[in-house]
Amino acid sequence: MRLINLRPNRGGRVLLACLPFVLLVLAYLIGSAVRLADNPNDKLLPSLSTLAQSIDALAFTPDKRTGDYILWSDTAASLWRLALGLGISALLALTLGLLTGILPVMRALLSPFVAVVSMVPPLALLPVLFIVLGLGEVSKVALIVIGVAPILIRDLTLTAMALPREMIVKAETLSASSWLIAVRVVLPQVLPRLIDSLRLQLGPAFLFLIAAEAISADSGLGYRIFLVRRYLSMDVIFPYVAWITLLAVIMDVALALLRRRLFPWAEMGR
Amino acid sequence: MTALTVDRVWKEYGNQIVLENLTLEVAPRSFLALVGPSGCGKTTFLRMILGQEQPTQGRILLDGVPLAPEPGPDRGVVYQRYSVFPHLTVLGNVMLGPELKASRFLGRSFGTARRVLADEARAMLAEVGLAGTEDKYPAQLSGGMQQRLALAQALMMRPRILLLDEPFGALDPGIRGEIHGLMKRLWNEVPMTVVMVTHDLREAFTLATRIIAFDRLRDRPEERERYGATLTKDIAIWPPRVAGKLTHFDIDTPPGRDDLTLDAAAAGTTRHPQGA
Repeated sequence: MRLINLRPNRGGRVLLACLPFVLLVLAYLIGSAVRLADNPNDKLLPSLSTLAQSIDALAFTPDKRTGDYILWSDTAASLWRLALGLGISALLALTLGLLTGILPVMRALLSPFVAVVSMVPPLALLPVLFIVLGLGEVSKVALIVIGVAPILIRDLTLTAMALPREMIVKAETLSASSWLIAVRVVLPQVLPRLIDSLRLQLGPAFLFLIAAEAISADSGLGYRIFLVRRYLSMDVIFPYVAWITLLAVIMDVALALLRRRLFPWAEMGR
Repeated sequence: MTALTVDRVWKEYGNQIVLENLTLEVAPRSFLALVGPSGCGKTTFLRMILGQEQPTQGRILLDGVPLAPEPGPDRGVVYQRYSVFPHLTVLGNVMLGPELKASRFLGRSFGTARRVLADEARAMLAEVGLAGTEDKYPAQLSGGMQQRLALAQALMMRPRILLLDEPFGALDPGIRGEIHGLMKRLWNEVPMTVVMVTHDLREAFTLATRIIAFDRLRDRPEERERYGATLTKDIAIWPPRVAGKLTHFDIDTPPGRDDLTLDAAAAGTTRHPQGA
């Protein structure tokens, strides 16, 4: 039988999907054991028990100085910034994306501008943001918005423009005004794409968040990682990286489920 | 009295002349079929009546009044594809027009108004043979059912002119026959004029009261840019079909007999007598 016709069954698929993860963990354990056998004080690949101790100290023991549970307060701070940044970006994208997608006048006015702005490297603006907006929450949220919004806007503009012209004309023959075409015809049809776009932008959003937190913050996931970096505390950094990855995966899956729940029709056309 | 007047209309895109010197008067309640080879401007002509495109020269009048330069609710349209909204249920699609008309800000109706409208919409769906599919999405319907839905959606606005752009071109012959029957019935019952673009001559002669053929009279390569298509044939169906009245096309032929004149009530007419 040809390889292209070989399809794993359900159990086989699960097994295959787990395999790379298991291999990664195995590689870590072996590497850790080899290094620790060499030098019991090695900090690069801490053993499972050291990791467990650190996780316990971070997540389930109140901090001696502040009384907070560090992992949870860091997570709350970071997620709040991320939610604000992505929320503002989504709102901007919806308004500007619809305006430029539907109205040729607005497209002529804004499209070239957005196209140029989206090419500005957001991290290069970070110092400017810190200087102008201060070191507080605003500059961090602003960095996420500057990084994510232009791409979302352009994506929604393209999606709105890709709607068949026939559909818009049909709405006109059903007595719709420009406003009604926007809210009843175009908006509902670009919302599924907005969710997909947000999923794709989760990675960049985390990148900008951690970059901003690394430079200036007093809490947050990125802040913690860059704080303990000086002590080579891999036992903190590894759990934090795993935790951030897990958060991003959960958000991705949740958005996918939300899309399927809210827009069942969008799946049917596929 | 004419429903639609096309007065010396030309359409050019830059240097390219697409349509030249079209003049046409269409009586109310006509069923006009536009036929012709591909790329001869039938659809462009339909778009000009729709208001989606403007004539370069000349004018188009609807009931004696010049057309607004954009599409509006007095002209309904059904395309071959993309005629219905994929994000609305069947019922939502049919209710959309009246909802948009009544509520200029939200585009939705609520409470009693919504219930009344939903009942009207269900009646319209039953009329086109879609009863029982109210809660499905268009993607769950077959091609023929989607076109029925598009017809129902357009007819909810009671348009004075219904424009059809090859609406049944993508359907199987059997389905197409059924929907032709529906189209005939709707044209007979709903007070509207129909203009249909079609590739299918058989369809044109089955449905229309009048057939307009577009063609390029000069089609040598060097002429193609400077000469457009124009009306080359204007065929009135005989015996005439009249909306709301039967002709001998509609009489069931008794088995074993094909000479319909034997059934005619009076010599000299093929129209079935009223009330018979």
